[in-house]
Amino acid sequence: MKKLLLITAAISVLGAPLASQASPEDDLKAFRGYFMERFPNVPLEEFANGVYAIDPASREQWEAIEEFPPYEIAIDEGEELFNTPFRNGKSYASCFRNGGIGVKSDYPYYDTEKGQVETLESAINACRTKNGEKPLKWKQGKIAALSAYMAYTTRGQTIDIKIPHDQRALDAYENGQRAYYARRGQLNMSCAHCHVDNSGNKIRADLLSPALGHLSHFPVYRSKWGNLGTAHRRFAGCNKQVRALPFKAQSTQYRDLEYFMTYMSNGIPWNGPGARK
Amino acid sequence: MKRRTFLKGTVASGMLSVAASAGLLTPRSVLAAWPETAFAAKSIDDALNTLLGSTTLSESGDIKIKAPEIAENGAVVPITVSTGMEAESISVFIAKNPSPLACSFALGGSTQGFVSTRVKMGETSDLIAIVKSGGKLYSAKKTIKVTIGGCGG
Amino acid sequence: MAKKKIRIRAKMKGDVAEVKTLMSHPMETGFRKNKKTGEKIPPHFIKEVICEHKGNKILVASWGVAVSKNPYLSFKFKGAAKGDTITISWNDNKGESATADAKVS
Repeated sequence: MKKLLLITAAISVLGAPLASQASPEDDLKAFRGYFMERFPNVPLEEFANGVYAIDPASREQWEAIEEFPPYEIAIDEGEELFNTPFRNGKSYASCFRNGGIGVKSDYPYYDTEKGQVETLESAINACRTKNGEKPLKWKQGKIAALSAYMAYTTRGQTIDIKIPHDQRALDAYENGQRAYYARRGQLNMSCAHCHVDNSGNKIRADLLSPALGHLSHFPVYRSKWGNLGTAHRRFAGCNKQVRALPFKAQSTQYRDLEYFMTYMSNGIPWNGPGARK
Repeated sequence: MKRRTFLKGTVASGMLSVAASAGLLTPRSVLAAWPETAFAAKSIDDALNTLLGSTTLSESGDIKIKAPEIAENGAVVPITVSTGMEAESISVFIAKNPSPLACSFALGGSTQGFVSTRVKMGETSDLIAIVKSGGKLYSAKKTIKVTIGGCGG
Repeated sequence: MAKKKIRIRAKMKGDVAEVKTLMSHPMETGFRKNKKTGEKIPPHFIKEVICEHKGNKILVASWGVAVSKNPYLSFKFKGAAKGDTITISWNDNKGESATADAKVS
């Protein structure tokens, strides 16, 4: 227990993890342990529901929205897009394992051939370009709908991201980890300041959601957006909120960040698409 | 198939006693044009007069408003208005909105006094539910807080 | 295949049919400004929602811009049975409309 406090404290102060000494498995144990201790009444699977796992008042509203969630429109849209063949006659199903059903759990992964992290969205666009179609915009619209459909068919599976025995994969993981704990922006805050150190605390009238389980429920329909957005859209939003210049969607920074964050949610159910404020 | 299931909490379900009568909305209600003036009205009284022809309200404990104390996001506030009275209509006003009348529901004879929807609130305000029953107007209200979040929400 | 503008779930709970519907609509208030041009985005909202069962209008909703985007509506009524058809239609301030039906399960 003291070890994780030391690690977390050191990370927040130095802005660089001591964890290059520790393995990802150790990091995961420490990360998960910290949240299980901070929120003792929340079972691991419930972290898939984010802030609604720790706040009964907003949970009630979320459950009301989940009675008929607005992202269902996008799931339908996504299904239709998924099943519409490309101009060359091929379909998305040909690019994915199992015809593309229930495969969001394969992402993100480290592609040792390409030497980079591959996300679901990057795979969708890779499929398109491979078949002579223009790539879709990264943060919302059709790509989010496709992602929503693929997330929906993956619901119920457990997050199980693997880091292969490849220094480049480990580097990508650590790059993402560094990004998570690095201060940025005019407000000079890191992701960890809010979602680790201050998870469960209030920032004005918002309750900060715990980092554990964060990427389980993407893509996400945010009432604020009035539509569905991808994880990288949210990363950019969060960066802007601490008044930092956001990175481009599907940039190495965000891919590596997604890799690290999803790995930290191993053991939690795939829960997308989600509805949030 | 993969719909979320929740552990059911305690939900108060009132015993609704709605007589199953003819079940038809009168042709007058059906053909009535969309109440443009009522929706444009800037005061609750003007909206009430135009929509329901009166501002005489009786507070009723038999109208339940299920709504959050603090709205997570003012753009999407889930609300449910229910009553055990035999209701001809249920109307919802949000006092501090630019135009207080948010929505109105004309109910058929076999339709229960129950509507659930999601509304927009610009700021902390009273939500007022008006039930028309037996030609009279009954009201209930609930204050819903709308806040400024720290995360840009 | 047209985009489903109205989604309906209708279920019997005892002798009461519980209907839930989600509609795809911007419900634009007319107060928002286009961030790029600075011009007001004109209002675009559903005015009326008509719910029918066996030729009877069981509910007619009159809506203004204060109803949320991608609006939701739920109501309950007696006199229906499993297998019956519920029809829901809307019309908006631009003269657009949509209709859909579903069977009560």
